[in-house]
Parts: sequence; structure tokens; C-alpha cells
Amino acid sequence: MRLRSVTTVAASVLATSLVLSACGSRGDNSNSNSGSGGGSGEKTATIGVIAPLSGDLSALGLGIKNSVDLAIKQANQNKMIPGWTLKLDAKDDEAKPDTGANAATALAGEADVVGVVGTLNSSVAQNVQPILSTAKIAQVSPANTNPALTKGAAFATAPKRTYPGYFRTCTTDDVQGPFAAQYLLEKGIKNVATIHDKKTYGQGLVDAFTKEFTAKGGKVVAATTINPDDANYQTAITAVKGAGPQAVYYGGEFPQAGPLSNQMKSAGLAVPLMGGDGIFDPKYISLAGGAKANGDLSTSVGAPIEELAKGKEFQDAYKAAGYAEPPGAYGAYSYDAAQAIIEALKTSLASAQDAQSARQATIDALGKVSLDGVSGNVAFDEYGDSKTRTLTVYTVKSGAWAPEKTGEVK
Amino acid sequence: MNDIPQQLVNGLTNGSLYALIAVGYTVVYGIVQLINFAHGEVFMIGAFGALSTWFLLFRDNTSVWVLPVMIAGAIAASVATAVIMERIAYRPLRHAPRLAPLITAIGISVFLQEFVRLFYGTIPGFPSAKSKIPFPAIDGVTGSPFHLGSVVIQRPALFTMGALLVCGLFLGWFINKTKQGRAMQAVSQDPDTARLMGIDVDRIIVIAFALGAALAAIAGVAQGLQNNNIDFKMGFMAGLKAFTAAVLGGIGNIQGAVVGGLTLGVAEALATVFVTGAWKDVFAFGLLILVLVFRPQGLLGARVVDRA
Repeated sequence: MRLRSVTTVAASVLATSLVLSACGSRGDNSNSNSGSGGGSGEKTATIGVIAPLSGDLSALGLGIKNSVDLAIKQANQNKMIPGWTLKLDAKDDEAKPDTGANAATALAGEADVVGVVGTLNSSVAQNVQPILSTAKIAQVSPANTNPALTKGAAFATAPKRTYPGYFRTCTTDDVQGPFAAQYLLEKGIKNVATIHDKKTYGQGLVDAFTKEFTAKGGKVVAATTINPDDANYQTAITAVKGAGPQAVYYGGEFPQAGPLSNQMKSAGLAVPLMGGDGIFDPKYISLAGGAKANGDLSTSVGAPIEELAKGKEFQDAYKAAGYAEPPGAYGAYSYDAAQAIIEALKTSLASAQDAQSARQATIDALGKVSLDGVSGNVAFDEYGDSKTRTLTVYTVKSGAWAPEKTGEVK
Repeated sequence: MNDIPQQLVNGLTNGSLYALIAVGYTVVYGIVQLINFAHGEVFMIGAFGALSTWFLLFRDNTSVWVLPVMIAGAIAASVATAVIMERIAYRPLRHAPRLAPLITAIGISVFLQEFVRLFYGTIPGFPSAKSKIPFPAIDGVTGSPFHLGSVVIQRPALFTMGALLVCGLFLGWFINKTKQGRAMQAVSQDPDTARLMGIDVDRIIVIAFALGAALAAIAGVAQGLQNNNIDFKMGFMAGLKAFTAAVLGGIGNIQGAVVGGLTLGVAEALATVFVTGAWKDVFAFGLLILVLVFRPQGLLGARVVDRA
């Protein structure tokens, strides 16, 4: 009897928590429709957002959503497109490819949708691209760094545009590796060990880094991999330590890179660890052991927001709008992505009867957009990639990432 | 090639961790013939128990005397989890077909992982467990490593190996010298006769779960110190490796679990030297398949006589 009551309590607690969490996710969707407020008689066009609005990466996703919302509100206020009111429709992809595909299908089914900002993850973009492309909806990603999304699977040898409606405002992985290689060589570091996590992103970074580094006179003295499910990297550290590297270049993300850096230093391999934007996160520093991480390096796309001409303007407007979440690493790129779509809509909606018939015209106009955005000049090349290839090297200084060098890839 | 001594040390360290967890699989299996797949999660909860104790009582204090209290907190959390788990999920299924408790174990494993992931961060003052949480670096057991020639021996590695030694001696004494331990052996040989002799079988089963959980908790602390971080997923792979170690040594045999754990750790480390790090899991599980094909009872054999 007693046992039964325990189970009943446990079951009801479980049931309640399930109901509560279901409410939570529904709540997220219902307050995502904002940015309206236009007068009656005006026609409506919708800009969609596909990003992780719940889960581990929701901080980045909500920053994307809010930044797009800000751009749309400003466009409506300034009546940038006469006769039209813009609306936002944000969908949660939970950072999962199949959920992203469902979100894309839902947006493609809405007649008002003319453009989509998203996704955060390259893996989700792979599933979203074909759906939006079939519906002729323009997609501008603020964060996808996988080169294959614009230039096809053979991006290094035979680049070929896969989806004409896909654009992005951020830089790609194939320039991060070389930028890091050039930086290390400038600093006089000639012997480097590489480690990656065997995932597309990590391996891509290391391949691009190695190619540039060896071509410019550097030497990769040891190369090994780790298993992203492992938590102890001693065997990999021992494997590279004997070669006496002056730095370790790591391809992967911060949940592995932080502990790896920490364990490297514990094992007596006291050289800086360098990685791509996947490790450019405050959490990296806490996992790497705070002060132990001093001197570690990362590259990230774009210039630091404080150093940009329009950066402060954007941050002030964002603050004034009173969003609960900060813009995050991709806020400026999302704002620019939305601005690019709005700029294209100025042309495509001007003579359109309804939003749906303006879809192809929007894609055509996007390719020709050139505007002065927060992240720099926003314009796209023949593959849909951003023409601005600015990158920044950051280093860990007293417990925080500090910009070290901003530049273009040579 | 001159990495070999260092990799052996790495292997023995990881192996000690596997061994500490593997004992829990083997003790429970020896008595109820149940593969408790949720044991990896008991290990994970031990690590979280230690971290919570530190947050609640010491926050920012990393003196060495904090460690025993953290270990006590870890053991309390793990043992409580294991005992409640046995009571709610396994005891009602004691006489059900074998498959039922096995599936239940997998269910509990998923439940505990998600519970920690979603619930831990909602406790005031605790960080979210949705991603890795840094583990406090306790003085004395972390910090500058010892050098033995070219071999670097880290302090947490010594702690792990020392913990295995102490726990091994304690287990040997407990199983062979105490009344409860001898009752465990009796139940593992023949539960029905043991019951007729006046042994409370349910009680012995609870003790077996608690014993395995206590060792897993110590392993949880050791892993936290070694890797400087813990997360809700840490029990999955560790549990799988420890289960492999238990089968490798002969499931149901405690010495076997220790030998199996150390063998597995060293095999993985040597695979890194002779082939490449990417293949180490292939070697670990390949070794398991070879042992199962050529010596299904495990390296030391599931000796029926004293397989508690």
C-alpha cells in the first residue's frame, strides 16, 4: 500500500511536469507574433525565423529572433515599404534537423511568407534549404558556417551553387582555418599539433588550417582525434605532447575544447589551444579552468560589435526595445539578414499583388542588395556568401575573451 | 613509441575508474542476475551529489578537508538513488520475466539523465546541468603533477588508483569477514536455501545495490577531479565501458570486475599508441567480442562458488 502511494506520487509528479513543459513550449510560440501594428487596408508580408528557441542553444536562438523582430519593427515604424506591413513568425527548430524541416514546411505553407532568417545550425540548414527553395522563399542565415551550404559538397575543388534562394551574412569555416594559420605564423609559432572531434565542422576546420599552415612554412608535428562522447582526453594529449608542439589547434566545440585545454595544462602541456568560433563562448573559459585558459585563442566571424560603426546604435536600439534576452553572438548578423530581406522587399513588393507572388522577385533582388549593416557591408557573392570576410582572433585575458586582431583573410 | 609508459599510466587510471563502476554491475548481477543498466546514472548522481555538497557547504573553499565531506555527500546521493530504484522499480518485478527488469533499467537510466538535466538547474543557487559543469579543483588531489622520469603522474590519477585499492581491500574484507558479506555469498549461490536458513534476501539485495552505489559514487568524485567537469551524460559511456569490464572479467566475480576494468583501460591506451586514438573504442569493444567468443565466462570466470 505504502509502495503504491509512492508510485502514484511519482507518476503524478511526472505527469504534472510533462504538462507544465508542454505549456512552456506553447507559450514560446504564441508570443512570437509581434512587430505588427500597421493600419487597416495595408497588405501583409511575413518574415519567418527558424532558430532554436528552446533547449541548450536557445540563448543564441532567442537573440536571433529578437534582432529580426527589431529590424521588422523599425521597418514598420519608418514605413519603409509603402502599403505593406511586415510581420514576424518565429518557429522553434530545437537545433534538430527534423524539427527544422517541420518549421520550414509550416512557413512554406503560409501565403504571406516572403523570406526566412535562419537557421543557427548548419545541420538544420541542410534540411531547411530544399523545403524553402521549392517554395521559392528566400533564406538568409546569420550563423551557418559550413561552406557546403552555398558551394555544394565539393566546395573546395568544384564549387557549385546548390540553392539559389539561400544567402548568409556570416563568414564560412573554410576561411577560419587559414586565418588562424596566418595568425600563428605571424606570432612565430611554427610547430603545431592538431586535434579534432571527427565531426564535419571540426574536421573541416583542421583540414583548412593544415593546408594553409603547411603551405606557408609551418609544420604540423602531430595530428590526432578525440571522441566527442569522452570526457577524459589524456590518451590524445600524451599522443601529441611528445612531439613538442608550440600550440594545439583544435577543431570542435567548447564542451570538449574547454576540458581538453584544462587537461592539457594539468598534464604539463602548457601551450595555447586555438580553435574556431565553436569555442568562442564564455563557457569555454569556465570549463578550461578560468585563469588556466589565459592565452588560449579562437577565431570568430566578423569584427567585435563594440568596434563597429553601427554596433553601438544597434545595441542601444536593442536595449531600448526591452527584450528579455541579450542579442548573443549572432544578433548583429540576424539584424543585418532581416535588413537585407527588407531591402529586397522594397523592390519586389513595390508592384506585387500579394506576398506569395513576390517570392521569386525577392530572391532576385536579394542577390543585388548592398547596404551598410551592423556587421559591415552586407552584399552577397555569386554563391550567396557574404562578401565581407572579416574575422577576429580573440584571446583569453583574465577570464574573458578579448579581441586580439581583426582582419580580412588574405 | 616512447609514449608507452605514459599511456600505461593513463590506461591504469581510466581502468581504475572502470573497475570501481564495474563492481556495482557485478555485485548486483551475482545476487539477482540483473544487469542494472541504470548503474551508470548512479555514478553520475554520485558526482552531482559531491558537487551539490560542495555548493551547499563550502562554495569557493577548496581545502583538502572538504574532500571527505564531498565523498560522503556523493555516497549518500548514490546510495539513496540505488536503494529507491531497487524498491520502486526492481522489487515489484522480482519474479517477472528477465526482460522486464532489463527494460525497466534502461527506462530508469533515461529518466535519471533527463531528471538531472532538467531539474538540477532549477534548484536555487545551482548551475544549469544542461551543459557541462566545472568541478571544483580540490587542493592536494589536483594541481601540479608528479614526475617519474619522463612520465607525468597527475594527482587525480593517484587519487583514482588509491580509491580502487582502498575499495578493493574493503570489499574483500566485507564479503569474506562480515556476516552480511557471507550472507551475500549465500544468496548468490542459492537464494531459496539462503532464505530457509533465515537470511533476509530482500535486505541482502538492498545491501548489494548500496555497496555498488557507494563505489560508483567514489568513482564519480574521481572522474570529476580528473576531468575538471561533470555532466548529465557522463554515466552513459562510463556505464557501458564498466559493463564491458565486468563481462570481460567474468560477470558476478568481483576480482574479475577489477581485472576487467584495468585490462580494458590499458587496452584502450595501447590502442592509442599502436594504432590511433580514433580506434580506441573499436579495440575496447573488439576485445569484448573476442573474450565472449573464446572465453564466454570472462577472464577470471564467473566462479559460482564465490561470485558475490
